Amino acid sequence: MNIVVLIKPTPDVTKVRFDVERGVVDRSSAELEINQFDLYAVEVALLIKEVLGGSVTAVSMAPPQGERALRDAVARGVDKAILLTDGRFAGADTLATSYTLAAAVRKLGGYDLILCGEKSVDGDTAHVGPEVAEHLNVPHAAFVTRVVEVSSNKVVVESDYGDAYYLLELQLPALISLSRPVVFRDRVVEPRTPRLGDVLKARRARVEVWDAYYLADVADLEGFGLAGSATRVVRVFNVFEKDRNSITVSGEEGVDRILEVLRSRRLV
Amino acid sequence: MWSGVLVYAENYGRGLKSSVFELLGKASELRTRLGGLVYSITLASEEVDVHAEELIYYGSDKVLVYRVPKELLPNQLVHRDALVDSVKALKPKLVLISATPWGRSLGPRVAAHLKTGITADCLDIYVDENGDVVQVRPAFTGNVIAHIKTLRTPVIATVRPKVFPMPEPDHGRKGDVLCMKLNIPGNDVAGVRVLGVAREKLVKLSEAEVIISVGKGLRSREDLRLFEELAKALGGQVACSRPLVDVGWMERDRQVGFSGNVVRPRIYIACGISGAPQHLAGMRDSEYVIAVNTDSSAPIGRYSDLLVVGDFYEVIPKLVERIKELKSKL
Repeated sequence: MNIVVLIKPTPDVTKVRFDVERGVVDRSSAELEINQFDLYAVEVALLIKEVLGGSVTAVSMAPPQGERALRDAVARGVDKAILLTDGRFAGADTLATSYTLAAAVRKLGGYDLILCGEKSVDGDTAHVGPEVAEHLNVPHAAFVTRVVEVSSNKVVVESDYGDAYYLLELQLPALISLSRPVVFRDRVVEPRTPRLGDVLKARRARVEVWDAYYLADVADLEGFGLAGSATRVVRVFNVFEKDRNSITVSGEEGVDRILEVLRSRRLV
Repeated sequence: MWSGVLVYAENYGRGLKSSVFELLGKASELRTRLGGLVYSITLASEEVDVHAEELIYYGSDKVLVYRVPKELLPNQLVHRDALVDSVKALKPKLVLISATPWGRSLGPRVAAHLKTGITADCLDIYVDENGDVVQVRPAFTGNVIAHIKTLRTPVIATVRPKVFPMPEPDHGRKGDVLCMKLNIPGNDVAGVRVLGVAREKLVKLSEAEVIISVGKGLRSREDLRLFEELAKALGGQVACSRPLVDVGWMERDRQVGFSGNVVRPRIYIACGISGAPQHLAGMRDSEYVIAVNTDSSAPIGRYSDLLVVGDFYEVIPKLVERIKELKSKL
């Protein structure tokens, strides 16, 4: 089983600063780490490998400092790490990002299963996974809460449709995007903590770096980065709290006040 | 040329989503600036009546109904094919899809297929002075709001449910209904077979009007009874922040926050929830927020209309008591 995990190196959203003037993230304000949701994709990939054997390849598209996230993936047990980095990839929306990731997967060849997190903590679109699947013309399941069974030619998953969880059987190759929490067979998945020895070893591990020209035989260079993006951010604002007329009370008065609110809304 | 607005009316075998009508209301409003018609597309099995008339009452001029075998209705790739087919036939300027998990899985496949842009989970859509469609969406776990334009056609957006108001239906409204056929190769469409419903959702928090949410101040699983009692009295739902899901006391279906459910109830009562950005992203648009917290400086205070400083183990039982008293007097 050859598994590809798509990892987005993301800043810690609680620490990162946003440059509202330029409409971009101030990348110097926080180090890049594995997107929280992708940690589960890495873990599920490793669990599947334990059952079926094979290899796990991590792929990221990021600026050079994204390498740090990939080294973390290696420390966790990923066999191979590839960083797609090039000025030509910059400014990509979900269409261009997914096109680039799909090109890298095609370049790798011989994959059976692609895993990713349901969304990223910064972009929050949940769109890149399904778009990668469409570019590769393979089936996908999004918002997967349980991987029920996986074999050499198919995977059975539970996918959140909104009203209910549906059971889907996908022929491989396929892509699944994982929710949190997620269950693998009957076990709740908890991302492992890398051992210190593995962290040290991962510092010396080789992270392959691929640029745009390296993908020229499997993709159109015009599809990358800003040039390949169909959307433009025209304005960005910091969110200021809604002007709530906050009243602070304590003790018995609190209960009275809550009752007043409920009564004014005819709930009691 | 590309004109009008196409609304994708989500139905994968459990009826039309009510958020579809919100989209139709917005589509009717945008159409005055964009020109063209308001279209809807829906899929339905051959066995049941479709809700084409309803889509017309809420603002559609033309409804495309794709009839598919019942067992294929929950297969997303069939919906992709139908939506792509309808976009090619109608050439709408804008396509609106509800940002449900289903919509956020289907929409990007359609956009990638058409090689156009898609904006996720929009909170607003407007037409600017140049006549361009502008999509407004949160990013960075709700910390920033971005205004986005799409340079290609159609513009595709998924829209968060309950953001646009529900329009009044006009039962006298007239429109066209077209029955469409799809070329479907077999039951196993492009490698996906839907085996059925695995589990029903315990609750649909996004539809709840009253939510009583509890955080890690909860001492034991049994104490949830306290909140269930209050929820029952108010016709609401019990919810939680992430720590209670992580310890296994509550189901994911009841988690409010960035990695759970985004809610907008009329009343949100946050008990022992400090207000981490992750949680705020899921509830900040609630109509009225009441926080009960021992710490008057907790971040949740800034997002509340009413902050009750106190221990929810004292406040909530008293509140339940008082509600019971009130009810017994009726």
